[in-house]
Amino acid sequence: MADGYPEYMRKSIERLESTRDERKDIQFERMHADESDDLLKKFHPDYREEGKQKLKIGASKGEKVPLELLALLEAPSLIDPSEINLDQIDYDVDILIIGGGGAGTVAALWAMKEGISPENILIATKLRHGDSNSMMAQGGIQAADTKDDSPVQHYLDAMGGGHYTNEPELLEALTKDAPKLIKWHEELGILYDRDEEGEFIELPGGGTSRYRLHSSGDYTGMELMRVMRDEARNKDLPVLEFAPAVELLTDEDGTVTGALMMNLETNEYYVVRAKSTILATGGFGRLHVQSYPTSNHYGATGDGLIMGYRVGVPLKDMDSVQYHPTGAVFPEQVLGLLVTEKVRSLGAQPVNDEGELFVNPLEPRDVEAASFIRECYGRERGVETPTGMKGVWLDSPLIDVLKGEGTVAKNLPAMVRQYKRFNIDITKDPMLVFPTLHYQNGGLAIDKSGATPVPGLFACGEVTGGVHGKNRLMGNSLLDFNVFGKRAGISAAKHVAKVSKGKLTLKHVERYGKALKSAGIDTKIASPLLLPEYRGKKVLERHLDIEVTL
Amino acid sequence: MPEEKEKKMIDIYVMGRRYKVPEGLTIMTALEYAGYKYVRGCGCRGGFCGACSTVFRNKDDYKLKMDLACQTAVEDGMFLVQLPFVPSVRTMYEVDEIEPEKDDNLLLEHYPEIARCVSCNTCTKACPQDIEVMDYVQASLRGDIDRAASLSFDCIQCGLCSIRCPADIKHYHLAQEARRIKGKYIDTHSEQLKERVKELDGCVYDERMKELVKMSKEEIKIVYDKREFKKGE
Repeated sequence: MADGYPEYMRKSIERLESTRDERKDIQFERMHADESDDLLKKFHPDYREEGKQKLKIGASKGEKVPLELLALLEAPSLIDPSEINLDQIDYDVDILIIGGGGAGTVAALWAMKEGISPENILIATKLRHGDSNSMMAQGGIQAADTKDDSPVQHYLDAMGGGHYTNEPELLEALTKDAPKLIKWHEELGILYDRDEEGEFIELPGGGTSRYRLHSSGDYTGMELMRVMRDEARNKDLPVLEFAPAVELLTDEDGTVTGALMMNLETNEYYVVRAKSTILATGGFGRLHVQSYPTSNHYGATGDGLIMGYRVGVPLKDMDSVQYHPTGAVFPEQVLGLLVTEKVRSLGAQPVNDEGELFVNPLEPRDVEAASFIRECYGRERGVETPTGMKGVWLDSPLIDVLKGEGTVAKNLPAMVRQYKRFNIDITKDPMLVFPTLHYQNGGLAIDKSGATPVPGLFACGEVTGGVHGKNRLMGNSLLDFNVFGKRAGISAAKHVAKVSKGKLTLKHVERYGKALKSAGIDTKIASPLLLPEYRGKKVLERHLDIEVTL
Repeated sequence: MPEEKEKKMIDIYVMGRRYKVPEGLTIMTALEYAGYKYVRGCGCRGGFCGACSTVFRNKDDYKLKMDLACQTAVEDGMFLVQLPFVPSVRTMYEVDEIEPEKDDNLLLEHYPEIARCVSCNTCTKACPQDIEVMDYVQASLRGDIDRAASLSFDCIQCGLCSIRCPADIKHYHLAQEARRIKGKYIDTHSEQLKERVKELDGCVYDERMKELVKMSKEEIKIVYDKREFKKGE
């Protein structure tokens, strides 16, 4: 038999197997409201007050944000403004789009439809064009297009899911534009799962009262992203890869007039002047808020939040972070990978190191996640991995016991394949799971046109906040970057006609530095982060800071 | 609980240089452990983006192997190097202007080198996604765009097929065009969606939406709690 588990885990699995028969028919009692409130307060990362702190400076002074983000927001710039020559402009364009994921690419395509020629647009992105969380979204995209459904129903679902904290006018835009964006996808040639008549095969998602999820196998985000990138390439849209923005540029009045980019391989800086600038830098999963593993892309370090905040854009709902209860925690190769909720829907139970069922498998996501955390770090009944992480078992073989041999293979083919690569057969052995940091619910404040309160600056996608309130529903993030990418692209294009080219300064960076000083903030780090640090401890301790020239 | 002795150290050779790394890491995390910080060659870290194509040879094996660094575990004695970039050409096309219905040879015209395919199947063997790459190249040659699109659906565009191909075929670009043609011209489009867009253009939902947008938290909470669940068809 395939055995991807080390010996000590095998013993834990034997304990799980020994209790399977007596566990299989147990309906673990659901928690009462006060019980779950108490659990959340004690163990859900969002409720841990010590995980957040109030901002001491800036447009959202007094608001609480996660410490990992706060450290970067309250840090000086990576650059010293006095060392930068802004007179030599390397790229002079109408629209600069920072970020080449879904939001940035959609914005570029719609700016072109609005009449801006591709040579007057520049996408600058930290890694490659398309490297983004957009690429990794599996589930699908919501759009209310069936007869029993409506944008109104979609609005209602998302508003309730967001605990009524969503910005109404943003949510109205999201739900009303949705069908039109899917229509655009058909015109672009994006593949969707359809029935024989060509109608979409739509599924329900958590918190949706209708079957509304459109999908493209379990590669929905990848299909959207690769087609949009293909379209951008057909239009010869200029893309500067491995060139993250390190700061925005502003004129004397604080209007955004471009950005300072950096060549990640040579460390040379580039000055970009633009009439409209769009921040589409994505989320911050790689900050590993409260040390959580993440399902996010390598580049998801929240750079846009830092740059946007420095020019004066307020933050919305930054105190809430979306954790998915079942992220893979072993093997190392799939760490953070989402294990679909369907595994529990089919009957799999969460089980601790001692082989005990400790929670109802289908509590709400935050409660389920908190109970896993309590089991591992409150009760110390989790299973430790070779890299020192902890998790609980998800007893997937139980599904076949309950529903008949072959149920797992038939209903969870992608999961079976993913684990098989590492010699784990989830039809015979359980999966080790722990909550994973999945999505940045909040972000930079925008209006329904995709404009930030700072003139010349637009934003779209995961870097923005408001549309999902404090909790996003499944299938609304792919939709978000489509709707607001389009809106920001069109607004940025319209803005171009109204303004002339602006002066370039880094005055706001100087002002921000002074504000840090007068608030008494002294830190060794500088921001934005650009890339997370995963190098081995021993190497970093012996690292010599010497530049070797060829 | 794991014991320290179980975290066995193994040797890997990064472009020939030996490093000791713990067993069980991926090629990607092993290189990071050894002290490399990725700029190129690292993307989603989850097997979706094709940024981390890696060429390697296992101890005492004559074969060159290819896979994704984020999805492959290191093995003792492994020699490896990453391919951070695949130089390749693609054909520009206007998706609105091509006429695949009238032209069976469209893909062959855009990618004439597919006629050089010698059916060696090296592309298929190189694919980390287990796609039948050669079969979709052959389908494209026959003008069977629908099949080429379906066979290539799982493609993450890492480019390993094209790096290995003795005929210099650019498989993943060819497949991208095939899939867009299928999505736009071969698949039947949704009638329901067309109707809904028409309704939206006619502002059918605006009035009710306006009411919801104006509601207080308490008011909309009542509407939300009363909502019915339907299948929506």
